[in-house]
Amino acid sequence: MLYREAGQFKTSYATDQAIFPILQDRIGIIIILVIAFVGIPLIGNDFLTNAVMTPFLIFSLAAIGLNLLTGYTGLLSLGTGAFMGVGAYACYKLTTIFPNVNIIIWVIASGFFSAAVGVAFGLPSLRIKGFYLAIATLAAQFFLEWCFIRIPWLYNYNVSAAIEVPQRELFGIIVTGPRASAETRYLIVLTIVVIMTWMASNIVHGRIGRMWMAVRDMDIAAELMGIRLLPTKLLAFAVSSFYCGVAGALLVFLWYGGAESTVFSINESFTVLFMIIIGGLGSLLGSFLGAALIYILPIILRFVPPQLGLPLHAATVEHLTFMITGALIVFFLIAEPAGLGRLWQIGKQKLRVWPFPY
Amino acid sequence: MRATGGPDVAVGDVLLSVENVSLSFGGVKAVSDVSFDIRKGEIRAIIGPNGAGKTSMLNIINGFYHPQKGRIRFKGQARARMRPHDAAYGGIARTFQNVALFRGMTVLDNIMAGRTLKMHSNFFWQLLRYGPAMREEVEHRHRVEEIIDFLKIQEIRRVPVGRLPYGLQKRVELGRALAMEPELLLLDEPMAGMNLEEKEDMSRFVLDVNDHYGTTIALIEHDMGVVMDLSDRVVVLDHGIKIADGTPDEVKRNQAVIDAYLGVAH
Amino acid sequence: MDILYKIFLDPFVQMVTAPDLLVQTLWEGMVGGVLYALIALGFVLIFKASGVFNFAQGIMVVFAALTLVGLYNAGISAFLALGLTVAVMFALAFAVERVVLRPLINQSDIILFMATFGLTYFLIGFGQFVFGGDPKVMITEQLYLPKGTVTYKALGGIISLQKLDIAAAIIASAMVAGLAVFFSKTRIGRALRAVADSHEAALSVGISLEQIWVIVWFAAGLVALVTGIMWGARSDVSFALDVIALKALPVLILGGLTSIPGAIVGGLIIGVGEKLWEFYWGPLIGGGTDSWFAFVLALVFLLFRPQGLFGERIIERV
Repeated sequence: MLYREAGQFKTSYATDQAIFPILQDRIGIIIILVIAFVGIPLIGNDFLTNAVMTPFLIFSLAAIGLNLLTGYTGLLSLGTGAFMGVGAYACYKLTTIFPNVNIIIWVIASGFFSAAVGVAFGLPSLRIKGFYLAIATLAAQFFLEWCFIRIPWLYNYNVSAAIEVPQRELFGIIVTGPRASAETRYLIVLTIVVIMTWMASNIVHGRIGRMWMAVRDMDIAAELMGIRLLPTKLLAFAVSSFYCGVAGALLVFLWYGGAESTVFSINESFTVLFMIIIGGLGSLLGSFLGAALIYILPIILRFVPPQLGLPLHAATVEHLTFMITGALIVFFLIAEPAGLGRLWQIGKQKLRVWPFPY
Repeated sequence: MRATGGPDVAVGDVLLSVENVSLSFGGVKAVSDVSFDIRKGEIRAIIGPNGAGKTSMLNIINGFYHPQKGRIRFKGQARARMRPHDAAYGGIARTFQNVALFRGMTVLDNIMAGRTLKMHSNFFWQLLRYGPAMREEVEHRHRVEEIIDFLKIQEIRRVPVGRLPYGLQKRVELGRALAMEPELLLLDEPMAGMNLEEKEDMSRFVLDVNDHYGTTIALIEHDMGVVMDLSDRVVVLDHGIKIADGTPDEVKRNQAVIDAYLGVAH
Repeated sequence: MDILYKIFLDPFVQMVTAPDLLVQTLWEGMVGGVLYALIALGFVLIFKASGVFNFAQGIMVVFAALTLVGLYNAGISAFLALGLTVAVMFALAFAVERVVLRPLINQSDIILFMATFGLTYFLIGFGQFVFGGDPKVMITEQLYLPKGTVTYKALGGIISLQKLDIAAAIIASAMVAGLAVFFSKTRIGRALRAVADSHEAALSVGISLEQIWVIVWFAAGLVALVTGIMWGARSDVSFALDVIALKALPVLILGGLTSIPGAIVGGLIIGVGEKLWEFYWGPLIGGGTDSWFAFVLALVFLLFRPQGLFGERIIERV
């Protein structure tokens, strides 16, 4: 009854090709945005914004980045952690060398550095495919991780090899550093993530998205149709690494407040990969859903059992997180390989004919 | 529908010629010293028993395989090694023996993907999906809809191709190739696995493409009835060698061809 | 000029002027290589016989070692613990086949590959949950593995080889030879190769996929156990080994995913290459290069020979 397209006729191709052609979807998105921008700061407490929403948004952005490369273009990458790190360290160097430039500009600029590195490590994709390409990204991961420790210039020769985020302001409000409020940081991250998600959506619905998916599904046919493989793949590496780089910069500057090289280890790469596997490869919505599930899970495990009278050790929580994550991956691959994104779509399909069964 | 690039070739003149082409994989000779030509506006069939080298021949024309010897001359320009990208830009499109559609995408997206060659709006506008990017999407959507009307697949526009029955998949693949507005269309067994009704439909589409759009067609086909009815000229391959070349009637009566199909002790 | 000398000449000069160090480094590299090869062997077994790239091989090594040590520390005698661990690895193989592999029959390789990611994480969590995350000591003596070193005066200096390493090399060679024979000569070996080629075809000739998979994962589990013992004897048994297991991937690239001798050759090349690079060139750039050298080497290799040393050139058919 509620979710029907009846009566919504499209009279031009432009409206038919809109990203949310169904009116109910458009209303839904607006409601979500209102809740995100207005509701959460009003109702939520610091814990909600700082420990849940901000990192969730940041990881969603990284998940989108990886999804563009692995889900849409079919290039498996295990170097996400390192690419996020490039963004973080680039931002750090930029802002310490040019402290008077707006920090947001540096956050975005650091994405370009990450994109350049991504393209460099994506060059082997000319000759190497599939699983073997993953090895190239592993090389990127370990080599860059090594750089983060062994190139002292990157962390300004700090004795502890860690970077600490300096205080920066935007229009007079403190946005980074220990005195920045959780709410401010949340709103900035939210704005950036919303804008970048919108752009990602535009890209994947247009010519470039089709080229990427063509390369993923049948690269020989794509080539014979005139799609040049190497530039297409490199573009995927570039855009994907850009997103991961910005996510990394946001991670350090607007959430952690500091970092050392272990933050961008191979575990990070796997975490983001699991987010998109569970969320759905090739689905932007899935990136958010997967990030939510993987990120929220340990938080639930930490806080719910004590409420039910079963206090768990911190270490046990970690162990259980690993176990449940692993089990969930296997479960999703068996039950719905296309992840939560597909489950959502199926749900919408059912909703369209509700209350009838089909 | 006219392709871009290269000098225009008049109807009846040679559009593509294969000159003394030989291709082998390791020790296996797929194609040995084969020469034939394809005239603009005609429907040329390439036939022969299994393993004769027909698909390899198409792959060579496409630029996917590179012959060890010989050349391809397309629209007057000779090339020893044609790259797939150049073939596509030059106006050569094809369908595949095992349907090579993009399974993760809908019918509409697959055919729109065929328009990629013609879409040029840059990355910046793509990011915003506005201005030139949107205008281009709409303009190409028009052309794609023409093809969808032509092939009568309107109802299945938004269906993911993986869910379509085989016959419809083949039709969508034809649509995707047509979206490239090719001058030369290579069809690799377009009727394979189809029942009589589907074959009649596909034959009609092939003839319409040739009539209506003037597209030159080279087709590999096993069904002799189809070959005889549709094609203007036929070239016959057997074990990688050309054994006959002429009109369907001439080829039908050629003893070497009959031997090859019925099997004679060599 | 100075830099060029440092990169292109000096290391070789060092190699020639101190040949005992060179031999020592080569030996260390070979030993490391043998251990990588053992891990790679587990990958090859499962891939050869089921077409699945078992990312969880590394954690299986850790898990096997932990089980052995855990049982011993719980008071069970060494060889009984060994026997029980073998049984545990069989149970693991059985469980993996029922829960992970059977529901995913006929799915694409990528999906199976990702399923082994899930398995890896699950085993990491489970292993830490049951055994605790702190490093353990391998029960080397109790298994009668040799201790101590053999020293030779040679080449102007001293070369010392750990007896354990010699034993590891011998055991590994024996396993490889045994497995190679098993695959090519026995009926089960042939069935395993058939399954790797095509699930459906193997089913149609009456091969029971489930049995084959249990056998093969069990075999990989045994290889993992031996690897775990050897590796644990040289350094402690800890979860860091799991990351080290990732190094088996470059080994597989060089040696090919389906070649048992390839795993050894690849392992040796990676092991020796890594050690030589780190010892002679590492100091120039700050050291610690063995975290990435293997991968870069594999990458360079892939650029020139995408199918690895022993793999088959894939000719794409359209």
